[in-house]
This record gives sequence, C-alpha cells and structure tokens, in this order.
Amino acid sequence: MPTDAGNTAWILISTALVMLMTPGLALFYGGMVRRKNILSTMMMSFALLGLIGLLWVLYGYSLSFGPDRGGIIGGLDWIGLRHIGQEPSLTYATTVPHLAFMMFQAMFAIITVALVSGAIVERMKFSAFIVFSILWFTIVYCPVAHWVWGSGGWLAKLGALDFAGGTVVHINAGISALALSILLGPRKGFHEKEPMEPNNISLVVLGAGLLWFGWFGFNAGSALTSGGLASSALVATNTSAAAAAIVWMILSWIYRRPTILGTATGAVVGLVAITPAAGFVPPLAGIPIGIIAGVVCYYAMLFRAKKMGIDDSLDVWACHGVGGIWGALATGIFASVAINPSGANGLISGNAMQLAKQLLGVAVVCGFAFVVTWVLGKIVDVTIGLRVNATEETVGLDISQHGERAYGGMLR
Amino acid sequence: MKKIEAIIRQEKLDAVRTALEASGYFGMTVGEVSGRGRQGGLTLQWRVGEYKVDLLPKIKVEIVVLDEDVARILNVITIAARTGEMGDGKLFVLPVENAVRVRTGEEGDNAI
Repeated sequence: MPTDAGNTAWILISTALVMLMTPGLALFYGGMVRRKNILSTMMMSFALLGLIGLLWVLYGYSLSFGPDRGGIIGGLDWIGLRHIGQEPSLTYATTVPHLAFMMFQAMFAIITVALVSGAIVERMKFSAFIVFSILWFTIVYCPVAHWVWGSGGWLAKLGALDFAGGTVVHINAGISALALSILLGPRKGFHEKEPMEPNNISLVVLGAGLLWFGWFGFNAGSALTSGGLASSALVATNTSAAAAAIVWMILSWIYRRPTILGTATGAVVGLVAITPAAGFVPPLAGIPIGIIAGVVCYYAMLFRAKKMGIDDSLDVWACHGVGGIWGALATGIFASVAINPSGANGLISGNAMQLAKQLLGVAVVCGFAFVVTWVLGKIVDVTIGLRVNATEETVGLDISQHGERAYGGMLR
Repeated sequence: MKKIEAIIRQEKLDAVRTALEASGYFGMTVGEVSGRGRQGGLTLQWRVGEYKVDLLPKIKVEIVVLDEDVARILNVITIAARTGEMGDGKLFVLPVENAVRVRTGEEGDNAI
C-alpha cells in the first residue's frame, strides 16, 4: 500500500507524544520520593530513553515484531533495522513508513521498563537496575509484545484484544514491579512507618499532566491511522481519565481533604484502564471504565499499604497492574465491532467468549511476568546485588549513586 | 546583653515582628525550623490514607536585647505569639558576651 500523508504525520506526532511520557513519568515518580532520591528516581526513567532506545533499533523491534517464530517470538530477520525502510510494512500500519511504526513502538518499550522502576526507588542500585532493565526488556517485554501485537503472536491469534498496551505495557510492568519489590525488600523505615514525604507534589502534577498529554499519542496513535478510529480512541481516553480523576478526588475528600496527589493519581489510573479498550469501545464507555478504575485502584492501593505489607513504593502494581487488569477485562465487556470492525464484540454486545479470552490473556501475562521477573531479579541479586548498602540508602541515592543533589547550595 | 530565641507559630511571625518594632527592636534574625513539643505531630494525606510527621514547621526569631529590656520584650513576644493552644512555642534567654556592628566596629550595647 502507498504511504498516506495524514496517517504518517499522526504517527510521527504520536511518537513524539509518547516519548514525552517518559520524562513525564520521571517527574511523576521523582516528585513522590524523598528529596535525597529525586534524581536517582528520575534517572531510572530518563536513562532508559538512551538504553532501550538503542536496544530497540538493534534487536528489540525484531524480537517483538519480526517474522513470527511459533507464535512465541519474532525472528532476528529485522535485527539492526534490516528490511525496515521508508516503505510501509506489509503487516503493521500498512499506510505508514515502516520506520515510523518501528519508532512509535520503541516509545512503548521505553516507558514500560520505566514504569517498573516506581516499585524499587530509593534503594535499588543503579548498576543493578541497568542490568535488570536489559534482561527484562529482552526476556519479558519483547516476547509479550510479540504474543499480543506481533503478526502471528499466539495471544493475538487467539483473539485477546489490547488496543494500546493494557496487557503488554501496564499489566506486564505492574506485575513485574510487584515481583521485583518483594525480592528487593522494603525501604529502611517502611515497617517502622517512618514518614516517606514526597519532596515536591507540584512535580507530580506536572508529570501527570505530561502523561495525560502524551497518552493521546499512546492510545489514539495506536489506531495507526488519523481518522475516525483515532478520534474515537482519543475521546474514550480523555473521558476515562476525567472520570477516574474526579472519583479519586471524591474518595480523598471523603477520607478528609481533596488532595491533588490523589486527583493526579486518579487521572493516571483512568488512562491506564482505558489503554487496552480505547479503540474497541464506544467513547462514553470511558465513563464506567474510568469510575471503576478509580475505585478499584484506590482500594488496591490501600490494601497494598495496609494488608500486603509490600513496599511497592509508588504503587506500580496498584495503578498499572490492577488498573491494567481492569482495563483488559473492561475491553471484553464493552468492546463493539460497531466501533472497530477489526476488533470484536464484548459481553454487552452478547459475546461472553471475548471476556474469557481477555481473562486468559491477563492470567498468562501475570504469571509469565511475575515468574520471569523473579528469576531475573534473583540472577542480578546473586551476581552484582540488587540493593545499595545501608549507608548509601540513608545518605540517599542521588549522592551515593550519581554524585549529584537536586536541591544544592545555600541562599540561591 | 541577652539573646532571646523565640520559637513561635509560623502564622504569628507578623504579629511578633510588629510588636517588637513597636517596642523599639527593629533588627532580628528569622529562620524556618522544625521541631516538636507537646503539640504532637502533623497528619498529612498520601495518595490513599495518611502519614504522620512529628517534626512541625516553626519559626525561630533571634534578637539581642539590653539587659533591662529582657522582661519587657519577653512579655511583648508572649502576648503577640500566644493563642492558648498547645504549639504556641517557647522562649529562651541566653547570655551574650559581646556584639560588634560590622560597618562601624562599634561594640557592646551600642552595637545592638
């Protein structure tokens, strides 16, 4: 098929939008940690723009989207961008240069690895994080992306729907984050209930804003065309974010005061939940999807803090794992071929089977992500060690890992 | 000469400053400090639930006064800073060996 100018423009812009989400995530996470760890937290996102940005063009794209090997993984035929040129691919985004589609997908891989970091901030050694990221990207992200989105991927063939990455990005990152935070153990002072004061909630709000902004590229860009479907996905996306933000604001208000930290968190879980559904469900399905995401993630976070006793420090499991699972199931409930003929009908349109397929996709990716992350984390732990020593943790990772401090100097 | 260190509520700084000025003491050093006393902690909200911070933000005002003014100034600050609730703060009086005005080199009482 020839290249379409409008579609190409939209995918190029969407690539830039999704790219901005990673620095946005760095602000979102960085503002929530203690002031001695803000730079190390931001670095765990920002450095991946470099690291995964390279690995993706070298071999990641080929493993994820290259010619299928048994439904499990892409072949190495496209390694180093071989056969990826200015002409559209025959299988993916067939009206857009293959290079543009490849780079659009790179941004998803980058932010997915960055999402995991929220669980292990303030105590994981940076060198260990880099090694873990390389392993996790190669052995967890690329295969799962292939199963769900790759041509011939086994979950794709089965008919599990994931419009923009509910399973590949959010469940994958959220469950892996849980496994890694259990393996790493809690921060010093976590069980003693030492206050872990966010150093700058304004940065969290700015980060949430950039995430929301970039998510239009994430979800509406995943239409891979610039027409009606992209518009429908964009409206669903904004509607779900809006609904979940308001729900979280109300829940924090009922608790005591309407917090902006809560409202920003709500917006993000609304965006997470609509991600797999955005281009398969009617735009107004964003309202129930967002409302339920707000409630479910709020209580998941309470449960994690009060009952599980696991220091998933920035609640990657509660936001992305739980929000992603709800989104995947919601896709099986609200999907309609009237919105997207290449999708499927969900429960409401009379196809209960779709919900079962979604459930299977969720279960498989949860199990795979948890077990493999555990094994990879263990390997890094026994070889180079996952954790900084007690003194480095007390001093803070900004100084001990990076030799920098965020708020330096006196008087100016 | 005596130094008065006044730990007061943040919202009482303006009242204390005005009262001191009216009592003839314009100069002062002010800092933001954290501390704890009988008031107990501060409860802040997290994304869900809350956490407690037991060091509260306070203001420390430092002034150096003539020996004969100590009682009067302590009274002025006490009245200006008081709400009657726990957390109003505390005043400390310390002896001061000497003082020097940097611009002129004046020493002792003339320097304050």
